[in-house]
Amino acid sequence: MILLRLFWTFLTIGMVSFGGGYAMLPLFERMIVHEQGWLSASLFIDMIALSQVTPGPIAINSATFIGFQISGVLGALFSTIGVVFVPVILIGFASYYSEQFKESKIVKALFVGLRPALVGLIFSSVFSIARQSIIDLYGIGILGVVLFLLMKVKLHPILVIIVSGILGVIIYL
Amino acid sequence: MLFIQHFFCYDINKIGRDSMQISLTRLFFTFLKIGAFTFGGGYAMIPIIERELVYRYKYIKTEDFYDTLIICQSLPGVIAINFSVFIGLKLRGVRGAVVAAVGVALPSFIIIMTIAAFFFQYIENPIVEAFFKGVRVSVVGLIFLAGFKLLKQNRSYFGVFVAALTFALIVTFEVHPFIIIVSMGLFGLLITKTKEVMNHDPS
Repeated sequence: MILLRLFWTFLTIGMVSFGGGYAMLPLFERMIVHEQGWLSASLFIDMIALSQVTPGPIAINSATFIGFQISGVLGALFSTIGVVFVPVILIGFASYYSEQFKESKIVKALFVGLRPALVGLIFSSVFSIARQSIIDLYGIGILGVVLFLLMKVKLHPILVIIVSGILGVIIYL
Repeated sequence: MLFIQHFFCYDINKIGRDSMQISLTRLFFTFLKIGAFTFGGGYAMIPIIERELVYRYKYIKTEDFYDTLIICQSLPGVIAINFSVFIGLKLRGVRGAVVAAVGVALPSFIIIMTIAAFFFQYIENPIVEAFFKGVRVSVVGLIFLAGFKLLKQNRSYFGVFVAALTFALIVTFEVHPFIIIVSMGLFGLLITKTKEVMNHDPS
């Protein structure tokens, strides 16, 4: 039963996962953390960081991580297949009708609304994760360093994550 | 029926290379490599996929690659998986799709399970705990940067309005993100249709 619930939850997420991993995070948080209670809020953020320092798409990584934690290897398998299930079927149709699909006015029209909505989705994730992660003034300091390293120094995200971890050890240990 | 037929015998010439057929093993290992060496999500994979499939092995033409990219981006799902399924399907039918998709997902699947198995033993350790307290802050920065980049591409009044509306609906009114995504898509449809009708109006 738990396997089916994993499958169904990730299928629902996969069905509307437009625009890459980050735009999916509010949906993940809502369904995995709040509705199902499969991860705590802080573990959810740790998982995003883990997805960043390991290869592979964030949706696959998260589905595998959560599925494995809930129900072992089978759980990981059911969640991962669930998250790609609907998209893969759609891709099958799209590859058959690729010429019509490319020119489709309906698809273009959908994205008139979706594209800016993705921005809002990502920022709502920033807001809710910031509320969890920035626990004191030091946190704001770390965020300043992180943004400086990412935007000015253009340091690789993996290195930025490691630097922030080291700052965490220096400050919070 | 035609759809099923297409799955099993697709005309290879349609997507590019006309002489040699890619072996399933080669397809698997090409996508395995793509899955194993790209950090930072699907969009980081696109240049690697292009290098491997278009320039190195010449399995697909550049223009087909970009057409495929557009299709994969306009459907829901993980871009790397969408891509591998699409390419696998075109090159070797259903078997190709399965082989490519498993190849691209397998590295992260195994690595994440290995990490998950050890993660919970060490998360209680005070050093690891302090480390992750710092790491969590960097997640805020990373996602902020992704949002900021996307915002720059949507700098119209309409774009900022929809983004702000989406943000407010989720954060303040706690509307389910699923409902928001579906309704914003429909909203886009409605606006485009309205515009069309107005443009066709002779007055």
